[in-house]
Amino acid sequence: MKHETIEKNLPLMVVMIVIALSWGGLAEIVPLFTDKHTITPAEGLKPLTALQLEGRDIYMREGCAVCHTQMVRPFRAETERYGPPSTSGEHVYEHPFLWGSKRTGPDLARVGGRYSDEWHRAHLYNPRDVVPESVMPSYPWLFENKVDGRTTPRKLEALRMVGVPYTDADIEGAKEAVDGVTEIEALVAYLQQLGTVVTKR
Amino acid sequence: MLSSFWSFWVQAIVIGSMIGCGLLILYTSKGQRKDETTDQTTGHSYDGIEELDNPLPRWWVFMFWGTIVYGFGYLLVYGLANFDGIGKVTVDGEEVTWTATNQWKAEVQAFDEKVAPLYAEYLATPVAELAKNEAALQTGQRLFKSYCAVCHGSNAMGAQGFPNLTDHDWLYGGEADTIKQTIMYGRQGAMPAWGAALGDEGVKDMAQYVRSLSGLEHDAEAAEKAAPKYQQLCVACHGAEGKGMQLVGAPNLTDEIWLYGGSTKQIETTLRYGRAGKMPAQAEILGEEKVHVLSAYVYSLSQDK
Repeated sequence: MKHETIEKNLPLMVVMIVIALSWGGLAEIVPLFTDKHTITPAEGLKPLTALQLEGRDIYMREGCAVCHTQMVRPFRAETERYGPPSTSGEHVYEHPFLWGSKRTGPDLARVGGRYSDEWHRAHLYNPRDVVPESVMPSYPWLFENKVDGRTTPRKLEALRMVGVPYTDADIEGAKEAVDGVTEIEALVAYLQQLGTVVTKR
Repeated sequence: MLSSFWSFWVQAIVIGSMIGCGLLILYTSKGQRKDETTDQTTGHSYDGIEELDNPLPRWWVFMFWGTIVYGFGYLLVYGLANFDGIGKVTVDGEEVTWTATNQWKAEVQAFDEKVAPLYAEYLATPVAELAKNEAALQTGQRLFKSYCAVCHGSNAMGAQGFPNLTDHDWLYGGEADTIKQTIMYGRQGAMPAWGAALGDEGVKDMAQYVRSLSGLEHDAEAAEKAAPKYQQLCVACHGAEGKGMQLVGAPNLTDEIWLYGGSTKQIETTLRYGRAGKMPAQAEILGEEKVHVLSAYVYSLSQDK
């Protein structure tokens, strides 16, 4: 096939680009879909509570994953600072995962329990109040906005469809658990459980 | 460990692609002129700019081949799917196959081995004495900046709600061993919310009384009204004279240090909603050796003043 044939035939080029792009994934990603090591939940892993799940959605909405990763890599420099390396079993209930790809701020994979709730609130209200050199934006609206619980049960249901073991009782109580709670409370609840399933190196 | 099917799948795709790349190089250089360059063009012309049709320089082609050869060498050392490479690292004194996790373990163990004697020596030295060891303090400072500065500040002078560690005021006590206890096992402050019990007026009066304890400007009449209530509700933790109690982390109200602010409004907020300052336990996160060195550093901060 001549180069020119491909270059001047857009549909053909699209097909070939798709093949080229997915080629690496065939070897690197596809085998993991069924690999025991990647799909078995870590010991003690529980689905997020309704409140934590809403916190997670706020985490996504505010784009936290743009500046914060959730992935401790197996290097000494990282494990000294953040704790044990992340394992795939810790993330099996995450849809989508929030590993991120760039660190402007520190990794948050194991931030749960590291700081007090009070610290998180102070820090999210205005990071400079507690870390003067911080470049993180302030999120004062989280203290005023209330979580709307109407869609929470459906979020749990959707996650159950893709394999997160929520019970009927979880889904039933979801709306009540989050309705009227401030967003900051939900977000802190989410942050405080991050990485706490694996505590020891 | 992948199943044998998926292992074969990965190996077939990877090796196949590498061979495929080699074939592609051969295919595209077929029928091309070898070395001589001419001014023959590809026939494309964009805004009068034309493209010469010359063969890729030889060194460039060799680099393509080089990457393929390098790739096979890489796979030989680091392995591919269930094929273990010949690369080895030392974990627990044994030569084991290279994996990312094994390399990390080897790296951590090698470092820990190097510093173990030093940490053992530090751990055997009482905290107060270690606080005179310049080298230990430098280590402590670095640990502090990594793990503690986020709340207590890089200069250890704290922030609102997060205690200053350089002064002589201690919520739970400033003795060397108490500091270590605090860092190891954490602390949980518990100032209850008095809004409901005192009522709005009561909170305002009590704030005036609290301000009177340290001689701040206050409304004497309001303070007097709240005094009996203080002796009833607050005395258990803050003491009859407001000197506080380190056993429960109740602050001294008679000094000039205010963890949550000493303005009328700030004191009212504290009274109304309570406070629950928390120092997270570090024993599991850092281990006793590092906590010991950290304790010496924190202890040293208020010693020469």
